Amino acid sequence: MGIAADYLGMSLRIDDVDHENLDYFAHCAEHRFHLQRCDDCSLLRYPPTTACPWCASPNASWAPVEGRGTVHSYTEVHHAIQPQFRPFTPYLVLLVELDTQAGQPSAHEALRVVGNLVTPDGQLAPPELVARVGIGSRMRMVFTDVGEGIALPQWTLDEAGAQPAAPWRYPG
Amino acid sequence: MPLPADTDATTPRHLRDRYAIVGVGETPYTRGSGRSTRAMGTAAVRAAIADAGLKPAEIDGMLSYQSGDSTFAPFIAGDLGIRLNFYMDVFGGGSSTEALIGIAIGVIAAGMCKTVAIFRSMNGYSQVRIGGTGARSAPPVNGDMLHSRAYGWQSAGQMFAPTFMRHMHDYGTRPEQVAMVKVVHSEHASSNPKALYKKRYTVEEVLASRFICKPLHLLDCCVETDNATAIIVTSAERARDLRHPPALIRAVAGRVNKPRLDMHYQHGPISTVAGHYAKDILWPNAGVGPEDIDLTGAYDAFTFTTMLQLEDYGFCKKGEGGDYVSSGITRLGGRRPNNTSGGHLCEGYTHGMNMVIENVRQLRHDVDDSCPVGPDGRRVHTHDYREGGCRQVKGAEVSANLGWAMPGTGSAMVMRRG
Repeated sequence: MGIAADYLGMSLRIDDVDHENLDYFAHCAEHRFHLQRCDDCSLLRYPPTTACPWCASPNASWAPVEGRGTVHSYTEVHHAIQPQFRPFTPYLVLLVELDTQAGQPSAHEALRVVGNLVTPDGQLAPPELVARVGIGSRMRMVFTDVGEGIALPQWTLDEAGAQPAAPWRYPG
Repeated sequence: MPLPADTDATTPRHLRDRYAIVGVGETPYTRGSGRSTRAMGTAAVRAAIADAGLKPAEIDGMLSYQSGDSTFAPFIAGDLGIRLNFYMDVFGGGSSTEALIGIAIGVIAAGMCKTVAIFRSMNGYSQVRIGGTGARSAPPVNGDMLHSRAYGWQSAGQMFAPTFMRHMHDYGTRPEQVAMVKVVHSEHASSNPKALYKKRYTVEEVLASRFICKPLHLLDCCVETDNATAIIVTSAERARDLRHPPALIRAVAGRVNKPRLDMHYQHGPISTVAGHYAKDILWPNAGVGPEDIDLTGAYDAFTFTTMLQLEDYGFCKKGEGGDYVSSGITRLGGRRPNNTSGGHLCEGYTHGMNMVIENVRQLRHDVDDSCPVGPDGRRVHTHDYREGGCRQVKGAEVSANLGWAMPGTGSAMVMRRG
């Protein structure tokens, strides 16, 4: 059976034949972050795919992955496309490079996981939090519940971890 | 400049200079065309056929590109009474123009047809807004979009911004350098009677415009436009007795991509774009390099896209794109002007075809600026590049178009004056 949920005015759907996304988001719904690990070459991949991007193997198993990493790049959205994002502008879209498998299998590759900057309880971050995050910020994953069988992996500041003195932010 | 010939039929280079763009046409660049994409597409194709000095019946191939926002080739052909031996409507936006020119060459070489019209028709402002609001944001979020749109990460600017931001981080690229792309293109547009926006902008005005999504200000972004554009591709042999000097196609690279196109940010450096890969097809096949190019058409969906492509195709060293675009090189009168029509930032947004049209006219030495028309029907160019003046590049012989779909996909083409 597929999944349907409404989130910030958007209709989120996972089709009943989309097994990769159903499995991915089912783990997220339990606030567990799992990625596919290739049964043949052992590399993890993100987002879900139907074969291994490195060895083309169709065989993979879901593996728990630590939701911790460093902001690799980001955008700060001031003009929201979806009307229900407007009250939260400016909001951040983050590309967070996981500690797990960084620089593998080649130096410039990594698992770079998309998410918004959110509060620890999964709400889009207020301006004072947005102003603190940039490239180099250390992040930990939290989840935003959006419906039965689906939650979105998101990022919040890893307050317990060491943060750079000044993360790189767009000048001015 | 004498360019190398290559008759080695075992390489794609044997197609060098064997095909040409012989006709170009467009409808006005507007916001609110009041016409259907069918009516505009028909008008643009008709204008391109007439520009070539052909009759509609002499067109027997047709290609278009669209993203569910246009009219298919059979309707345009039908309206013009054209019976086709080949047609194809391809899904896609930016980077399609050069890729489809490559397809046109291929189908002509295969003997499937002789002369191909390529068009793009879109009401990118009044119907399907290219900025992403309206129809483009309405459908359910499913499949791969669950990892993008669900995060309010969906418009072109939002999707490309991590590349732009990382370039600033990695190379110290400054906002005021990138803003010069808009400044220069607006100068060019000020001499283009067709341009939607003819006003000249300053760096300060670009940086003072409101943020859309960092690092993009409003004036770093192109203009949602209603418009149709068309070009005619045929063999160089057929081109000889047509109306204009042909723009001979030296080489094309079509929709070359970075690894992991399902989400290209997995494979870095993310501040590098597809041109890094496309250049290795483009330059060897064209038999020229960046230093041989007289003018460029580097796709300016955003100021940053122009800079990134010029850099990754090797017009400057990696990381020095900010210096390149703010140096004056890309200005009319500079060493290698870019987007002399004003491009997507000022003339109008057409998913790349207007930049090819502009370069064809440049290579004809017949750009449609405000210079007087001589007795032979061609413009007598003053090369006075002040506002409202000339935009013909002096002695334009070889051009490069650098088409952009997204950071991970690009197309390119080198043309020369025939």
